[in-house]
Amino acid sequence: MRLLLFIICCILTLQACTSGSQNKKLPILGEREAVETQVKGKTVVDTIYQTVAPFSYLNQDSVRVSNSDFDGRIYVADFFFTSCNTICPQMHRNMLKVYEKFKGNPQVKILSHSIDAKYDVPSRLKKYAGKLGIEGNQWEFVHGSSDSIYNVSAKNYLVAAYEDKTDPQGFVHQGWFILVDKNKHLRGAYDGTKADQVELMINDMQILLDEQGGDAK
Amino acid sequence: MRNRVLYILFTVACLCIFIQACQSEQEITYARYYVNGKGLYEKYCQNCHAPDGSGLKNLYPPLTDTVYMKDNLGKLACIVKYGLNDTITIGGQVYDSKMPATTELTDIDVTQILVYIGNSFGNKLGTFDMKEVSSQVKECR
Ligand code: HEC
Repeated sequence: MRLLLFIICCILTLQACTSGSQNKKLPILGEREAVETQVKGKTVVDTIYQTVAPFSYLNQDSVRVSNSDFDGRIYVADFFFTSCNTICPQMHRNMLKVYEKFKGNPQVKILSHSIDAKYDVPSRLKKYAGKLGIEGNQWEFVHGSSDSIYNVSAKNYLVAAYEDKTDPQGFVHQGWFILVDKNKHLRGAYDGTKADQVELMINDMQILLDEQGGDAK
Repeated sequence: MRNRVLYILFTVACLCIFIQACQSEQEITYARYYVNGKGLYEKYCQNCHAPDGSGLKNLYPPLTDTVYMKDNLGKLACIVKYGLNDTITIGGQVYDSKMPATTELTDIDVTQILVYIGNSFGNKLGTFDMKEVSSQVKECR
């Protein structure tokens, strides 16, 4: 009898523990490196996570936008082009939900890279943004040289984007939405063509804001 | 006399059954077109015009506005196959983006898509005839 009571107690405590740890913490994605440092004579191992490398592009207002414009903010990055008729409309239909949700929140930005450097000059991006009903610069649509954009997509955000002559539209790219935190770490990758994945991302963005709320720079 | 009545009754009954069979044949064709058309819509059109036909803001027009489609009934087949690069007004909104052509669509594909969009999202345009669609598509350019 005593034993039974003990077991029941154990189970109850365990359950309490698991339900207590439902405060989900987002993982840090990408490359990582262990670095040893000496702190007060002891060897401490620190993990250094991949961060987004510096970048600089022109946005839809022909204003230069760089990594420092995203300091102290969380943001979502994606890759598209304005004449894309496959996955992009669906991606931006979903991204609009993100925009509506966090509209006016200075801690949240969206960064859409055009992978069609030839055609998507800032004035075209402006027109596109206007038709989507986007004002201001919370959602940046950026233009850069093909080399730099393809490089950034692969290295910074681990998303494939490149020109392909065999593709009917001339480009291959993936519809990922990449969530970046205030320290420029990658914290999530979501299929931007799927409404339920984007719902999940909106949730995770809130978690990230709660986690990093205090250390806005 | 009695035989005659029976005979007439029989003929009428036959006629009725015949007509009904025809009608349901039409209904079956319609239902088949509608279902196939939905599949084609999901493959070729839904990205831009959305699953519920609502379009995307000012970028892609909705298919939920019953007036435009009704007024441009004769042009729909061409729009579906060859796209549209025009400035159109739907529900008070001006649209001037380009809709690309989908030239791989066959006449039967176009017909099925029209049956689907013409009878979804609030539209009630009834069925489309493939012969009619074929002759429209020939005249597009
Ligand atoms: C790349 C995006 C895109 C795709 C894919 C697309 N459309 Fe369109 N559609 C448009 C745009 C943009 C317009 C308006 C064109 C203009 O303003 O000249 C339009 C206009 C229309 C119109 C007339 C206006 C209206 O809203 O009633 C119809 C009907 C239509 N599309 C049906 C279809 C069908 C059916 C398909 C699939 C075979 C399809 N579209 C695929 C973008 C697209």
